[in-house]
Amino acid sequence: MSIQEFFHMGGYAFYVWSSYGLCAVVMILNVLQSVSRQKKTLNTLIKRQRRTLGQ
Amino acid sequence: MFTRFNQFASPKHFYDLSARLTPWFTWASILLLLAGLYGGLVLAPADYQQGDSFRIIYIHVPSAWMSLFVYVVMAMAGGIGLIWHVKIADIIARSSASLGASFTFLALATGSLWGKPMWGTWWVWDARLTSELILLFLYLGYIALQSAFDDRRVAARAGAVLALVGLVNIPIIHYSVEWWSTLHQGPTITKFDAPSIHMSMLIPLLLMALAFKSYFISVLLIRARSEILEYECNSTWVEELISNRSF
Repeated sequence: MSIQEFFHMGGYAFYVWSSYGLCAVVMILNVLQSVSRQKKTLNTLIKRQRRTLGQ
Repeated sequence: MFTRFNQFASPKHFYDLSARLTPWFTWASILLLLAGLYGGLVLAPADYQQGDSFRIIYIHVPSAWMSLFVYVVMAMAGGIGLIWHVKIADIIARSSASLGASFTFLALATGSLWGKPMWGTWWVWDARLTSELILLFLYLGYIALQSAFDDRRVAARAGAVLALVGLVNIPIIHYSVEWWSTLHQGPTITKFDAPSIHMSMLIPLLLMALAFKSYFISVLLIRARSEILEYECNSTWVEELISNRSF
């Protein structure tokens, strides 16, 4: 099987690759959102503690 | 036994444990995903009826399985939180919802992208598709309900009741292709006799299903950690954890 044939997907390229693309986007967004939320939560708590200690 | 369970279910212990487990599930899911994609997109032969379009199965079916699995996890965890007041159970239920909604969305969208070339239509209002759409609305309703309450305990209780009532939809989705006539093809894997799918097509599917499951667990653990911190932000162990991090 050549690379071209692989991307052509027997004429179903649009349907197959949009499915896989959509799936990749949704799964990656979920990871990024969860990791950034964890960082944000930690930062908020660190700031809050500094504020209370500063008083 | 009960004290051991309490120790396991204590937010602090769960927070530490999930930090240790996350990399394992992340790597497992990456490796399974690579193996499954290679098997499904390269090694498996084209289907004799559906050609290469059948390769959508490798994300469509795992997403659909996960949409049901995550819902059951969410409802069970919600129920445990409701009955035994286990904080971690509430947190797991709450953290599952958006992942479950994502899998349901993917099952519907990839199904639509598969239906267009095979059935000639993006969407039909038949039992399987409609009940899966209701599942998406159940997830979205649960998420809306969670953000509607400031008190996390009230939110968890209300969410658990919604999730448990919605549980009735799960067998309906599963058996819809047998109970009603539909465009959707019948089950090929979970039949009582041998699955009517060749091993070269089945093995990548199982690898992808396991990859999705590990992915779910690893993202769930990350989300649960944020939830635990927010839930427990006034407890001593979180304050100690924060002061160890900031100095």
